[in-house]
Amino acid sequence: MADVELRNITKSFDKDIGLEKVSLKINDGEFVVLLGPTGAGKTTTLRLIAGLEKPDSGEIWIDGRNVVNDSPAQRDVAMVFQQYSLYPHLTVRENLEFPLKSPILKTPVDVMKRKVNDVAEVLRISHKLDNKATELSGGEMQRVSMGRALVRNPRIYLMDEPLSSLDAKLRSELRIELKRIQAELGATILYVTHDQIEAMTMATQIGVLNNGRLEQFGPPREIYENPSSQYVATRLGSPRINTLPVSIFGGAPAGSALIGLRPEHIHIGSGQDCQVTRIEHLGDQIRLHLRLAGHNIITLTDTHTSIKVGDVIAIQPNNPIFFDANGSRVV
Amino acid sequence: MSFSVNEPSNRQKWGAGILVISYAIITLLPLLWIIATGFKSPADSISYPPKVLFEPSLEGYVNLFTTQTRASEETFEALGDPTTWYDEIVRKKGMVIVGPSRFSERFLNSVIIGFGSTFFAIVLGTAAAYAFSRFRVPLKDDLLFFILSTRMMPPIAVAIPIFLMFRQLGLSDTHAGMILLYTGVNLSLAVWLINGFIDEIPIEYEEAALIDGYTRFQAFYKVVLPQAATGIASTAIFCLIFAWNEYAFAVLLTSGNAQTAPPFIPTIIGVGGFDWPAMAAGATIFLLPVMVFTILLRKHLLSGITFGAVRK
Repeated sequence: MADVELRNITKSFDKDIGLEKVSLKINDGEFVVLLGPTGAGKTTTLRLIAGLEKPDSGEIWIDGRNVVNDSPAQRDVAMVFQQYSLYPHLTVRENLEFPLKSPILKTPVDVMKRKVNDVAEVLRISHKLDNKATELSGGEMQRVSMGRALVRNPRIYLMDEPLSSLDAKLRSELRIELKRIQAELGATILYVTHDQIEAMTMATQIGVLNNGRLEQFGPPREIYENPSSQYVATRLGSPRINTLPVSIFGGAPAGSALIGLRPEHIHIGSGQDCQVTRIEHLGDQIRLHLRLAGHNIITLTDTHTSIKVGDVIAIQPNNPIFFDANGSRVV
Repeated sequence: MSFSVNEPSNRQKWGAGILVISYAIITLLPLLWIIATGFKSPADSISYPPKVLFEPSLEGYVNLFTTQTRASEETFEALGDPTTWYDEIVRKKGMVIVGPSRFSERFLNSVIIGFGSTFFAIVLGTAAAYAFSRFRVPLKDDLLFFILSTRMMPPIAVAIPIFLMFRQLGLSDTHAGMILLYTGVNLSLAVWLINGFIDEIPIEYEEAALIDGYTRFQAFYKVVLPQAATGIASTAIFCLIFAWNEYAFAVLLTSGNAQTAPPFIPTIIGVGGFDWPAMAAGATIFLLPVMVFTILLRKHLLSGITFGAVRK
């Protein structure tokens, strides 16, 4: 395992910007999650580190060495692809052995056997080892492709939405499993997702990408509580943060145009009157959809509430975040 | 009556079955006739009405593989009794075997030229197709079209220039010349077909192999090739069939040294008219390699000609 650092990486595809001046440092043993929508440059970042793409400018340092001109094999990284990652003409065992058999590693047979069995155990695919890769279910395939990365001991694991094709139950199980493996091995992982729950639960650091720019980089709590922009604030939290013109509540700092209210940052009982338009019972929480001066707001309330659709309730901000007209944070 | 989208009705099944069987009979009948003629005596082979039932004879095969000459009574006496079964067949006609015929030689030429040109067409075609499929080749579409355009006229249309070129270069009637020619003609087909097959293989597999510590060539060899094998095998069959059956260039460019079987078989002239059983025997033997090759690869051929749409 090793430190990985991107310095001022820019990469464009034909005329589209892939990444723009992205700098990012992943310390040894960290679990960094890159969060962003499709096209934000998450996968491009992984491919650049893996050596599948060459940056237009900037440097990539792995373990104290600029690797921009190294081949993927020389960089000694492992990558889990979102799909298509199992070799269909090989069995599960052969798939797992494939990286170990590479001319760079040339693992002895007994070591290889032990490693493959260990990983198969962890990912619960031992009983499928001699099946053809194409005979597996989607979840099993994805576990095998994670296994193909985990059999190695690379400098960094790169994971491109490895859980996105799994069902919810398996996803939450593997999330915990992955976190455990990471802690156990002390592995350095760069993980790409658009799923904020994955980001919040697994990451030691989160990087939020927007249109090829790194908007904010920091621990999950900081990203959630102290977002640097409106964009970052909307990426995390479910239901999403409510953004309203500052004029509705008043009391905003100079230069701010928008007030951001997380659903849990709305105090019910006093303040502005608004109408309840819809109530969603989720079991552990109740979501209130409110209408205030032509704006929709979502907030939460406890499960024993007596509020009904059509009621008029008073709300006021509690711990709001302010943004200027461009969406930048105003403190 | 129930209706199902993917299960044909009984009547449809019967209809399809009858259609397939009648087509099979129509295409197989000439083939069976050739095989049967090979085992007829020369008299039976030209009898009218044609004989369906006949006494099998190996005379055609003996004539095909041997050169014979008419011999006098004294020669027969000097030779004594026939020592082998084929001697006996020949003696009955009042002939003696003076040596092997050129058929085996011509057949071997066909094997060398047919399989040789198929090998080169496949190796070069796969390399070119991989490059077209995976690398950013300048003017890629134009190049591919140019390669295809070599197929837009019948190859024989350029027979005279090729004849002259071959004569100038000393390639006339050589194995190398014929292999070169057939490889050239087959290459466009090979590049196009294999390009399609490689395009079907997601590039992610190779990327995964690169990251797993392999070089590009190793990734090609270990990941792409096994998956393209089906398509490559079916392309090889097409190439072999063309090179094997090619007649016009073979007549034009070869005479002695590198002559293949197709121009040779019709020249088998027996005593007093065409020796049909010998020709049929030659044709039968000539059919065998392609038949065996195709049967061995038929599974690949079937999934191959559906252009990789089969498995993912």
